Amino acid sequence: MEIKRRDFLKVSAAGGLMLAANADPALAAREPKQRLPEALGILYDATVCIGCKVCVSACKQHNDMPPDFSSTDRTWDDPLDLSSRTLNIIKLYKNGTGEVKDRETDGYSYIKRHCMHCVDPSCISACPVSALTKNPENGVVRYNKNACIGCRYCQIACPFNIPKFQWDKAFPQIKKCQLCDHRYATGGYSACCEFCPTGASIFGRVDDLIKEAKRRLSLTPGEWAHYPIGRVDSKHTSYRQVTPYINHVYGEKEGGGTQFLMLSNVPFEKLGLPPLTDKPDAAVSEGIQHTIYKGMIAPIVFLGGMIYAVYQNTKNECE
Amino acid sequence: MKKKDFETFSKQVGGVSRRDFLKYCSIMAVGMGLPMSVGAKIAEAVTNVAKRPPVIWLSAQECTGCTESLLRSTHPTLDHLILDLISLDYHETLSTPSGHLAEEARAQSIKENKGKFVLVVDGSIPVKDGGVYCMIGGKPVVEILKDTAKDAAAIIAIGSCASWGGIPSASPNPTGATPVHEIIKDKPVVNIPGCPPSPYNFLSTVLYFVTFNKLPELDNLGRPKFAYGRLIHENCERRPHFDAGRFAIEFGDDNHRKGYCLYKLGCKGPETFNNCPSILYGDTGSGSWPVGTGHPCFGCSEKGIGFNKPIFSLASLHMVTPPDTYPHVTEQRGTGATIAAVAVVAGAAGAAIAAGAKTYKKLDEEEKKEGPGKKG
Repeated sequence: MEIKRRDFLKVSAAGGLMLAANADPALAAREPKQRLPEALGILYDATVCIGCKVCVSACKQHNDMPPDFSSTDRTWDDPLDLSSRTLNIIKLYKNGTGEVKDRETDGYSYIKRHCMHCVDPSCISACPVSALTKNPENGVVRYNKNACIGCRYCQIACPFNIPKFQWDKAFPQIKKCQLCDHRYATGGYSACCEFCPTGASIFGRVDDLIKEAKRRLSLTPGEWAHYPIGRVDSKHTSYRQVTPYINHVYGEKEGGGTQFLMLSNVPFEKLGLPPLTDKPDAAVSEGIQHTIYKGMIAPIVFLGGMIYAVYQNTKNECE
Repeated sequence: MKKKDFETFSKQVGGVSRRDFLKYCSIMAVGMGLPMSVGAKIAEAVTNVAKRPPVIWLSAQECTGCTESLLRSTHPTLDHLILDLISLDYHETLSTPSGHLAEEARAQSIKENKGKFVLVVDGSIPVKDGGVYCMIGGKPVVEILKDTAKDAAAIIAIGSCASWGGIPSASPNPTGATPVHEIIKDKPVVNIPGCPPSPYNFLSTVLYFVTFNKLPELDNLGRPKFAYGRLIHENCERRPHFDAGRFAIEFGDDNHRKGYCLYKLGCKGPETFNNCPSILYGDTGSGSWPVGTGHPCFGCSEKGIGFNKPIFSLASLHMVTPPDTYPHVTEQRGTGATIAAVAVVAGAAGAAIAAGAKTYKKLDEEEKKEGPGKKG
């Protein structure tokens, strides 16, 4: 069979044009999803965190996670990053001499990492079988092992590098934080918040958490203030001297907003958090996809073109 | 406890004041994790002569270490214990009579206190060859144990020998040394393991039984939870050194002198359940327990550890916890090649190629010299 170069280019160009016409993200993006009114989440305040890692231990305990070893002598549960055995982790930012806490140069800061429970999650958008779903009420991003086909698109889609795959299992699953939603029924909440001694991680409705974060940002460094412990509406507080903050709540708008919010005095990109636009990736990619396939018109036209090209090129042989 | 009650009792107590006595009872209560108010209840129970529990103490294949440990308890002192708190009717080391008189005392106590006395056993029971390896008064101890256990209200196996078999059961176990609970199966046996155990773990158990007429809560290995509920590792004073990765590597090294963690010297704290770091040992003040003296825990009270695992072999961790170090925001895994490293490798490769080329050229020349016909 011989395809004429000219014909091939003709068809390619037609297809390309068709895609290009639809592929302008600005035009194609669907409306970003909005924060659910009863969404639950966590506020992590790096300036309050003392790095005790009880959140890491409590998470392991209440989610039945095995220890994760990075050293050869297997003495500690010492993962270097999130993994299929570690759903949350406290990491260290250190610069220069690392003398002062929460300072960018010659200072250090802790940062807690786990699933952000995005308002408009890329993982759910990328999942071809709806193994990942967002709870319509509290917005927790859940994983269903029975639906999962193990394609790991969610891993590639997540801008925060959160879903982890059990590479060492014969029947692997995706593992990630599910905001301890199995504990709500018995009056519990996210173990990392429930056991945090300083109130560095607090649990509650995201609206309340944003309000609390804004309150902290409005405080003057040096003054004394109450910081709730456990839940955002807790009467149990720690009374401490306010330290400076960067005037930004990470997760309020990033990537269309998340349900895990952060405060810090070290720039968030230094703490390993990606600088994201306010537009969720899922809205853009879904916009492109859904426009291309709208009413199946474009694919059918494209298919018709392809068939025609093939027919033109094989006509002589068929006869 | 009223003052009047104490006066009738004080003669028996001897030099102990009412205040000291009540204090002791409260300490026992707290030691068992009970509220202070229970102290008064304990005092009442032990001063009631009718209720003073008869104790029969059988010794099998043992070293008397458990008795020695008990002799050195200071609250209460041993005389106070055996004269005022319990009625020690038979004990081979402590009995005044000996020989047949002692055996008679035992028989009589069993008869009088049928179903009421506490049976304490130290030492493991030899069962091989009809139990001939430990005979008392011409009878194998296994028979004596079975006879006595029949009528006992509670059975306490004190020491690791009675609890798990201990030293006598260490491989190749020539006497068929067996723990008590494997012989007495129709009654619950409380295990107070240790080599020797802390006397307070034993005393608290006895007093709990006397006071409440039931045994304290036991774990799945028959040990009282108040004493054996936590790993030594959990309450160890050297734990911060473990978390920080500061280990003594050999005896007498700098780290050992600094009091660092003994895990790498084979400390069995991470796999041994006992309260040594909390209540210490021997009433001689702080640091008076093996790890406090700078020697790794040997796991004497843990089944399958003491006398089974080599003393200086690494313990297996029951619960693995995070260290007090942190992963960095971006963990570097390998740093890539430096310019110097690339230069060295390139240089080496270049030299190898040059040498190869030279050799090849030489061979070629030789071949040409020899001519094609002579090629072998």
